Amino acid sequence: MLSKRIIPCLDVHDGRVVKGTNFVQLRDAGDPVELAALYDSEGADELIFLDITASSDNRETMVDVVRRTAEQVFIPFTIGGGLRTIEDIRRMLRAGADKIALNTSAVQTPGLIQEGAHAFGSQCIVVAIDARKTAPGKWEVYIHGGRTATGKDVLEWAAETEALGAGEILLTSMDRDGTKIGYELELTRAVSRAVSLPVIASGGVGTLEHLAEGLTLGEADAVLAASIFHYKEFSIEEAKRYLAERGILVRGLA
Amino acid sequence: MIGIVDYGRGNLRSVEKALEKVGFEATIMTSPEDLNGVDGVILPGVGAFADAMEALNSGGWTLPLTEFARSGSPFLGICLGMQVLFEVGEEHGEHAGLGLLAGRVVKFPPGGKIPHMGWNTIILEQPSQLLEGIPNESYFYFVHSYYALPNDKRDILASSDYGIVFPAVVGKDNVWGAQFHPEKSSPWGLQLLTNFGKWVNDYAALSSH
Repeated sequence: MLSKRIIPCLDVHDGRVVKGTNFVQLRDAGDPVELAALYDSEGADELIFLDITASSDNRETMVDVVRRTAEQVFIPFTIGGGLRTIEDIRRMLRAGADKIALNTSAVQTPGLIQEGAHAFGSQCIVVAIDARKTAPGKWEVYIHGGRTATGKDVLEWAAETEALGAGEILLTSMDRDGTKIGYELELTRAVSRAVSLPVIASGGVGTLEHLAEGLTLGEADAVLAASIFHYKEFSIEEAKRYLAERGILVRGLA
Repeated sequence: MIGIVDYGRGNLRSVEKALEKVGFEATIMTSPEDLNGVDGVILPGVGAFADAMEALNSGGWTLPLTEFARSGSPFLGICLGMQVLFEVGEEHGEHAGLGLLAGRVVKFPPGGKIPHMGWNTIILEQPSQLLEGIPNESYFYFVHSYYALPNDKRDILASSDYGIVFPAVVGKDNVWGAQFHPEKSSPWGLQLLTNFGKWVNDYAALSSH
């Protein structure tokens, strides 16, 4: 049967992996390609690179990261951050990425989801949603790296992206991101139930128990984590062993 | 030398890099004439069956690829490249495939999430050179909404379970196909590509004598 996925996320700034708290206070965490190859060898199921560099001058640096990653990493990987046009998407896929993630540009130009799905297939179009809680059971979509509120309801937007041809949703709780107190399970479950697409839970992981909760109580298909892996608090293998002991189906290497 | 068919579909670079990683030379073939310089072929592909066949037809690939496979040279289809090995695809109406394997390509029944995307295990059905050294229940990375139904069950080398049991690896004589992406299925996918690469080298050595 299909296994649940563990996805390390690498936030990339000027070609280096960084990690911040609540989208600010960046710390250096290493070379993206080296880390990616390490995660592949440890049994990560997939990888996500998010280019958090604000300027588009940096695009060439990111294409180079993608190209070098494709030479060394033999699991699927996704690129997100600052992709605005079909040509941007094509360049990343050509450089060796398997999927691309759209966030701000998807909200501003929803037709890009449709166009991307038509040109390259739904399987490679991930829509990233940054969500902030506004009331019990209500969340608002934010863009521009969490700086701009859109007035859009998260559950409605998720359903809309599915209708447009998105293949997967990467759901980040901005309230939890960097806090290490666990995924926002109510949000994750609500989105998982609102769409029939795979949902990747993100934001807030501090322990292995949080990963398990995201997959069970949160009903996510995959869990994303950054700092617990980058700073070697846990290895991917430890995480998988923990999940397997709790009866969650995960891919072993053997 | 392994030739990878470039007909505007699929992640060719990943297949090329994965072959390099396991020590085999590969070249991306942009025209059917390039078939003259290779000992084995990999046909990759993502997208829809009809689109892929149209691209193969308009690029003049269909006949040369079929002849290449019928001559006994090693041939591996990956994902959609495996599906078009069959006679008929039912994606958006009925479309003729390459017809190198007997059977049809059909859609998953409704119920589960489609596409079937992620890591799933394979169940070995028959011993084969392509799957040598790969344990039963090894994980591979899949992305697809349709699956192949060979007429002859003996063409199914391994299967997988996604609500229904479907063929994950098919093959007959020198024509093989993998529904998953071996180039994205570290570590066992690389083992499968190693097995294919060795077979191509063996075939090249034999045919040069």
